[in-house]
Amino acid sequence: MNIYKNASVASKKAFLNYAIVILFFVVFQTLVNTGSITSALKGQLIPIVCYMIMAVSLNLVVGISGELSLGHAGFMSVGAFTAVIVSALMSGASNSSRLFVSILVGAAIAALAGFLIGIPVLRLNGDYLAIVTLAFGEIIKNILNCLYVGIDDKGVHFAFNNPNALGMDPLGKEIIKGPMGAVGIKKIATFPAAVILLLVVLIIIQNLVNSRTGRAIMAIRDNRIAAESMGLSPMKYKMLAFTVSASMAGAAGAIYALNISTLVPKKFDFNTSILVLVFVVLGGIGNMTGSLIAAGVLVVLPELLRKFSDYRMLVYAIVLILVMLVTNNEKLKGRLDTFVKKLGMRISKGGRKK
Amino acid sequence: MKKKLLSLIMTGALVMAMTACGGEGTAAGGNGGSGAATGSGELTGTLKLGVIGPLTGGAAIYGNAVANGTQIAVDEINAMGTGFTIELNAQDDEHDAEKSVNAYHQLQDWGVQAIAGTVTTTPCIAVSAEANSDRVFMLTPSASATSVTEDKDNVFQLCFADPNQGSASAQYISDNNLATKVAVIYNNADAYSTGIYQTFKARAAELGLEIVSETTFTDDTTDFSVQVGDAQSNGAELVFLPIYYTPASLILQQAAAAGYAPKFFGVDGMDGILTIEGFDTSLAEGVMLLTPFSADATDERTVNFVKTYTEKFGEVPSQFAADGYDCAYAIMAALQFYADKNGGLDVTGMSAEQLCDILISVFTDADFSADGVTGLGMRWDANGQVNKEPKAVVIKDGVYVGM
Repeated sequence: MNIYKNASVASKKAFLNYAIVILFFVVFQTLVNTGSITSALKGQLIPIVCYMIMAVSLNLVVGISGELSLGHAGFMSVGAFTAVIVSALMSGASNSSRLFVSILVGAAIAALAGFLIGIPVLRLNGDYLAIVTLAFGEIIKNILNCLYVGIDDKGVHFAFNNPNALGMDPLGKEIIKGPMGAVGIKKIATFPAAVILLLVVLIIIQNLVNSRTGRAIMAIRDNRIAAESMGLSPMKYKMLAFTVSASMAGAAGAIYALNISTLVPKKFDFNTSILVLVFVVLGGIGNMTGSLIAAGVLVVLPELLRKFSDYRMLVYAIVLILVMLVTNNEKLKGRLDTFVKKLGMRISKGGRKK
Repeated sequence: MKKKLLSLIMTGALVMAMTACGGEGTAAGGNGGSGAATGSGELTGTLKLGVIGPLTGGAAIYGNAVANGTQIAVDEINAMGTGFTIELNAQDDEHDAEKSVNAYHQLQDWGVQAIAGTVTTTPCIAVSAEANSDRVFMLTPSASATSVTEDKDNVFQLCFADPNQGSASAQYISDNNLATKVAVIYNNADAYSTGIYQTFKARAAELGLEIVSETTFTDDTTDFSVQVGDAQSNGAELVFLPIYYTPASLILQQAAAAGYAPKFFGVDGMDGILTIEGFDTSLAEGVMLLTPFSADATDERTVNFVKTYTEKFGEVPSQFAADGYDCAYAIMAALQFYADKNGGLDVTGMSAEQLCDILISVFTDADFSADGVTGLGMRWDANGQVNKEPKAVVIKDGVYVGM
């Protein structure tokens, strides 16, 4: 408890996030082990964690770096399709090593894509940047729509727009078929692995934010000219945040892909980017805890609303508006803050007694 | 007075106990009789049948048509009074693989025993992989890609597979000398459309049909002037549209505006074009499409189905509605087939795994065939693909007419 008492506010917040994730894992893993969970919720566990990673990583760009990105799903799809190829290539290896390498390579390729796209995009500001990220998100989707990948004894074959140009052995297997996407992906993602990934992502992001680099990124967000006059290079720090965020979206995409047996580029369109942005905005821009909770709740909500049948999406929209109103209500916010403070005091008091 | 009251309470309690017993009795009978022969050759019990499809969103018309068609079949079966009934539960997937898997899990929590679905291709591939490992029987009314059934022994299709549609279309165009110069406009962001296009192209090359123009579009496209213009300038006599009806309706409008009037030939996704609100059906005059179902057929089965559907939902059923209708009947026919062979079957409380094994054994049985409004004597091969006759229809005076 002493560590908790002596820690800075930022570290306290970081510990709270780890505690939330670990609690979430323990509760649901116990429910799964005892078999007392509905299969509807059980099937959603891994997607929930994926969207949590997406929300947290987008929050790094939108909240910490202060740039509105509308193409986050594009990086997710890069990671997803990379993971499909890597996993297919490693078909002989054990599931856990396949999963590990797939996520790693998926994140790396997504980081590369983020870096390359960042070069032109981050030269812009504000609305222009938002529009261009939107465009790149769609470009990635359309490139994947034309991509054909096959595997045979000689290795991987790539073709663009024409599956007949793959030039494979007759025994070879097409693993990505343009708009038809990847079919027959082996499901190797597990809930514990997804949670570990989420924890790693949180550790990286929170340590980045609380470091010198993180303060530089936030300084540039708050006042670009002042930061530049202090000798900080805006391009360098923005690029760092953007690339890290892209790689994490890639990792989320990888684990998402390895949890579902079919994947089409269409899934990662503008709507998915906006969905993730909604998690970030509803959870509070720059607030990692909020992103985690918002992603978790908003992914499950449409399924819980199934009993409203035809009015489901209508109810969903109303719930979104209500949440928005409530979280922006100053009175309620003040009450919530005092409650959290009291709770925090009680915890530190408890620590003192011990 | 007290005695009277007491006796009343006692009687009440007795009645309650008896009803409770009765209830338990049936349930126990159901559990005991799971898969076991009742000796009479009768099919009894209640089957929990799930439907998954896009009930909202861009592809909602297909999901709703299937759900409605299945509902009519279920109502008819329940009204027969044979002791066999179906409880139906239709879940929305918004034409998205992830949501479809969620819908499937919801159905599992409800206790689904067999699934008529899912309606669209990509979600179906995702759900069928889950259903394959969980051993739940699936009969998809309309997901037509080969990867839906590939390597999955528990998944069967009631519609034609994509390759069959593409090659059958090419065959039909060639056999009936409809054209020699053909243009194709397809959606290269869609598995269904691209799949049919590829098999059409391969078959067309074998038959000597010349494809003079190949243009593509994606889901968000609303301006087809480039595609229509390319077909026109290359002198195509027939435009093959292996696409869904919404873009098809725009293509028809824009071709008419450009003064281009070739023959248009579509596949089953074109079905539904007449039900678009605000669409001038005269533009679709003369459009041909390949479909296993035509609502103007005169056999008793189709006439009854079309009549009930029109009364209940206020529109002429599309092929998707017919597919859904046939799915429920095909599953019942399969269970009846098993009951006849094994001296009866009570499906109440049977596990999805047991039913899956039974249904697979029947559907792959060479002696089993099902009749429906989309074809008589439908048979299935071990891959899960259906074998039935395609029909071509042409739109005349705003209705489908068999060719």
